[in-house]
Amino acid sequence: MTDTPNPAVAPAKKIRVGWFSYSCCEDSTIVFTEILNDHWQDWKNLLEFVHARVLQTNNRWEPMDIAFIEGAIANDHHAEEVKKIRGLAKIVVAIGSCACTGMPSAQRNNFSEAQKKEIEFLVTRFKSFPKVQKLSEVIKVDAEVGGCPMDPKAFVAAATKLIAQIQAGN
Amino acid sequence: MHNVDISLEHVTKVEGNADVTVRINDAGKVEYVHYVIAEAKRFYTKGIEGKPLMAVPQLLSRICGTCSNAHQMCAIEACERAAGITPSEQTLELRRLTMDGLNVRDHALHLYLFVLPDIVGKDNFLALDENDPAQHQMLHDAFDIKAAGNYLAELVAGRSIHAVYPTVGGFLKFPTKEGTAEAVKKLEAVRPAVLRTIKIFAEAPMHFDRQTTFMALVPKDGRFGFLDGDIHTSAGEVITEDKFRDHLEHTVLPYSQASAYKYQGQPYMVGSLARLNLAKDLLHLKTKESLVEVLKLFPSTDIFYNNLAQAIEILHCLDEAVEILSMREFKAEPLVKAPPRAGVGIGVVEAPRGTLYHRVETDEKGNVVHGEVIVPTNQNQVNMEHDIAQIVDKMLPNATKEEIIHEMEKLVRAYDPCMSCAAHFMKVKWEKA
Repeated sequence: MTDTPNPAVAPAKKIRVGWFSYSCCEDSTIVFTEILNDHWQDWKNLLEFVHARVLQTNNRWEPMDIAFIEGAIANDHHAEEVKKIRGLAKIVVAIGSCACTGMPSAQRNNFSEAQKKEIEFLVTRFKSFPKVQKLSEVIKVDAEVGGCPMDPKAFVAAATKLIAQIQAGN
Repeated sequence: MHNVDISLEHVTKVEGNADVTVRINDAGKVEYVHYVIAEAKRFYTKGIEGKPLMAVPQLLSRICGTCSNAHQMCAIEACERAAGITPSEQTLELRRLTMDGLNVRDHALHLYLFVLPDIVGKDNFLALDENDPAQHQMLHDAFDIKAAGNYLAELVAGRSIHAVYPTVGGFLKFPTKEGTAEAVKKLEAVRPAVLRTIKIFAEAPMHFDRQTTFMALVPKDGRFGFLDGDIHTSAGEVITEDKFRDHLEHTVLPYSQASAYKYQGQPYMVGSLARLNLAKDLLHLKTKESLVEVLKLFPSTDIFYNNLAQAIEILHCLDEAVEILSMREFKAEPLVKAPPRAGVGIGVVEAPRGTLYHRVETDEKGNVVHGEVIVPTNQNQVNMEHDIAQIVDKMLPNATKEEIIHEMEKLVRAYDPCMSCAAHFMKVKWEKA
C-alpha cells in the first residue's frame, strides 16, 4: 500500500464489494442478478467484486467497502467466516429474511421435541449449531435489507445510499 | 507416482456451494470422485409437518432461490392430488406460463453468468469488454433475455422468485390485458437475442461424450412442457408419475449431506439434455422451424449440449408464451376447493435442472403428516461423479492440477447443479493416498 495514486490522474476508485451466502436458498442472490438487468451498466463501472462466488472464480479475502451477507448462521464454519468478513468490511449489510431474522432457515429452532429428536443425528453429524442464528447474533450488522427474497427496491435504495456515503467519505 | 488428492473447494458460478474430491491412485488412475454437498440441512420436509396444505407450496418454494417456482408448481400439484382438487384449464395454462417465465430467466442466468465466461475466457461475466462488438452484444443479450423472462414471471406469478399468485386450487391474481400485451412485446423483442444465444452454445468448443441413461417427464398432450406426463427413459421405459419413486434407488453417500439416487442400479441424468433427447419433436412449431439444423444434434450424449438444450428451451418457452398470451384473455376465477381429507399426493414436474418429485401425506384434517422431496441435482450426482472421473482420467498424467480443476468445474457447470436444492454446500478436494 505504498503507492499513493495522484487524484488528478487516477480514475475514480471503484467501490469494493463482497457478496456472501450462508444457510439459505440464495433467493436474494438471484434477485441481485435480476436487479443487474436494469443496473449492470452503472454498477459494472462503479463496483469491483472482491468476493462473489456466484459471479467469479478468483475470489479474494481482502479489505472491502461493503459486504452483503445473505443466509442464517448454522455452524462454526459460517460463524468464523462472517467474523473474518466483519474484520475486512467497512460496512456489513444483512440481506434477506434468513440473515435478518434467521427464518425460514432457522425453522428447526421451533421444532417440537419429537421433531428435534428425529433430526438430532444429522445436526450432530454435520456439527451444526443446536440453534440456527441470525447474522446480528454473530457479528455487528450496519444495515439490513429484509424480505424473502429481499425487496429489489429496498436493495437498490440501500445500495445507492451506501455508494453515495462511501463516495462522499472517500 | 504416489496417490494424490485433488480438491476443488467451493465450485464457483453454480447455484449454491459444493466441493469435489478426486483421489488418484499409485497407478495414476482415478480411484474415486466425491462430489460433496455438506451444508447445513434446512429440514423443509420436516418443517411442513403439521401444517395445512395451503401453507405447503410457499414453504417448499424456499428450498431453492432460483428454481423456487418449480418447487411451488410441484408442491401445488402434490397438495391438490392429496386433497382431490382438479384445477381449471385456465389455471393449467397460467402454470405453463409460470414455467415458461422461470425457464427463460433461469436458463439465461446459467448460460450467460455461469457458463459464458468459460467460453470467452473471462472470470466474471461483467468483465466482458463492452468495446468488443461480440462481447458487447452478449452483455446486452444476457440482461435483455433475463429481463423479459422476469417480466413474464412477474406478470403471471407475481414474482419470479417465491411467486405469490399461484396457490392450491388456482391463482390469486390474473394477468391484465396491458401487462399481457407488454409481455408479448418484450418477449418478441428478445427473440433474435435468443437465436444468437443458441448459436453461441451450438458452436461452443466444450465437449464430453459418455453413454448414460436419460430420464424426463414427457407430456402426453403433444405439447413440450414441464408439468404433466409420464416419465420416459432413453432405454424406452415409461413410468407413471405415481410410480416414479418406486423406480429410484436411494444411495447413501457417507461423505455428502444430501441423498443420491440410481435407476436400475445405474447412474442416470435428468435436465434439459434429457428433455431434448426424449421430447424434441414436441417443441413449439415456431421453435422447430427456426432450429432445423441445430435440432439434428439431438439426441446427444455430449453433456455440454445440456447448455445448448437450455438455450433451445428458452426459445421454446418464449414462442409458447407469446402464443398463449396472444391467443387468450384471462378472467378472474375462484380457487377450486375441497373439504379436508386424509390423502396422499404426488407431484412430478420438470424443474429447469430436471425431474422434481414432491410427495405429501395428510391426515383427515388436511394437515401434513409426512413429506418427501427428491430434487434433480441429487439424481444427477452419481452421473456427475462418473463423468468427472472419466474427464480427469483422460487428462492424466500430463495436465496440471490447475488445468484439471478448471475442466472439472466446467463439467460441473454443464450439469447446472443446484446445491440449495440438494442441501446447499459443496467442496472439491484433490486427494492422493
